[in-house]
Amino acid sequence: MATVKMKRDYSLVGESTRIAIETGLASAEWYHTDVPRKTMKELMQRSDGPAIRDTIIWIAAILGSAAGGIWFWGSWWCVPFFFVYGVLYGSSSDSRWHECGHGTAFRTRWMNDVVYQIASFMLMRNPVTWRWSHARHHTDTIIVGRDAEIAVMRPPDLLRAALAFTGVLDYRYSLPTLLRNAFGNLSPGEKSFVPEMEQHKAVIAARWHIGIYLAAIALALYLWSFLPLVLIGLPRLYGSWHMVLTGLLQHIGLADNVTDHRLNTRTVTMNPISRFIYWNMNYHVEHHMFPMVPYHALPKLHELIKHDLPEPNPSMWHAYREVWPVLIKQLQYEDYFLKRELPPTARPYRDEFHELTVPAAAE
Amino acid sequence: MAGWVEACGVDDVEEEDVIRFDHGGRTFAIYRSPDDEFFATDGYCTHEKSHLADGLVMDDIIECPKHNGRFNYKTGAAKGAPVCVNLKTYPVRVEAGKVMIQVG
Repeated sequence: MATVKMKRDYSLVGESTRIAIETGLASAEWYHTDVPRKTMKELMQRSDGPAIRDTIIWIAAILGSAAGGIWFWGSWWCVPFFFVYGVLYGSSSDSRWHECGHGTAFRTRWMNDVVYQIASFMLMRNPVTWRWSHARHHTDTIIVGRDAEIAVMRPPDLLRAALAFTGVLDYRYSLPTLLRNAFGNLSPGEKSFVPEMEQHKAVIAARWHIGIYLAAIALALYLWSFLPLVLIGLPRLYGSWHMVLTGLLQHIGLADNVTDHRLNTRTVTMNPISRFIYWNMNYHVEHHMFPMVPYHALPKLHELIKHDLPEPNPSMWHAYREVWPVLIKQLQYEDYFLKRELPPTARPYRDEFHELTVPAAAE
Repeated sequence: MAGWVEACGVDDVEEEDVIRFDHGGRTFAIYRSPDDEFFATDGYCTHEKSHLADGLVMDDIIECPKHNGRFNYKTGAAKGAPVCVNLKTYPVRVEAGKVMIQVG
């Protein structure tokens, strides 16, 4: 089959979009490991219990660390409290946003919705547009021109990836996006995945977010203190590092334009604190293959299907060591990627589906 | 009566579950509610082409396996993003242990 080589166009309305639609990569049928319906039904079952427990711990830790930070404000003793507060606000909000956006964290819908809205605010994300962008991310995971959530594009912008750890990019991109949305303006890319009937909701949500930021600024001016901003908004700068540390590993360095999550998604074994912050999203292949399974059931799902998946990276350190040389090679040769080996018990990758799009696989 | 077809036996669907039924080039989803009533809808999610029969039934809700869009399978009502378009429902009756749906 002839292979057309072209530079990747990551816009959602460009040449790569057209090609993805024409070649059937967009909205394609993806590979799934076979799991009996009865077993899958058990894994999919929803329960409020685990998420209520975790959310009580989460909110108590947020309020406790904030209280400590406020109490010790003006002395160095506030630093460890804001270190914890920052990670809870700036990083753990991402996994709460994610799970509650899927509606899998709690069984009760309104509980998912409340946590989703709070977490969206903490992340400087428009809760409406991001809900739709994430649906697209699951339809067309790492399909160039279709997926709105590709964190590291090719060739990789390593400076940008490094800056993401500081949260500066949220102020460069996310905040202006919220402002633009608040003025009633959705970009062509946003309009490509947010249905017209939902677009007004994105504007309303953005106005709420901007309104809260303005109130925090007003309070800071009134008190003549940075403290309100250290509590609201600025945690993105000092607390999003863990979100980026864990989140970058989801797909970085792996294949794009394929229809098998085993090729473009990574599962990484992590320590229990990171797993609490990340709500088990380290089981990311499993999550993408079966997004109906709640976070608390992902370890069970992993045990059930691991015979069919590449072996997980045993640590974040291991994963980054694996990724780094791939990124360096991609600087010169953007088609290069890491093709992870399957165990002998796995069903092989379907080369017939991928030969058009992955001509330069590196193993 | 016009348009009635046998979809499955009553025992083919567990309580609070759903199965797929293909007929005449179309796909349907057959539900059995927790209170032992049967319902039928189109088989594909209205958001994207995904089989609802692979989804999760909770009370009177079917959740799509692809993006977790939720519908009330009794009325077909879409319950919020990412589903905005209601699901088409079909009349169902049970006769002699068989689930019949009116597809016409």
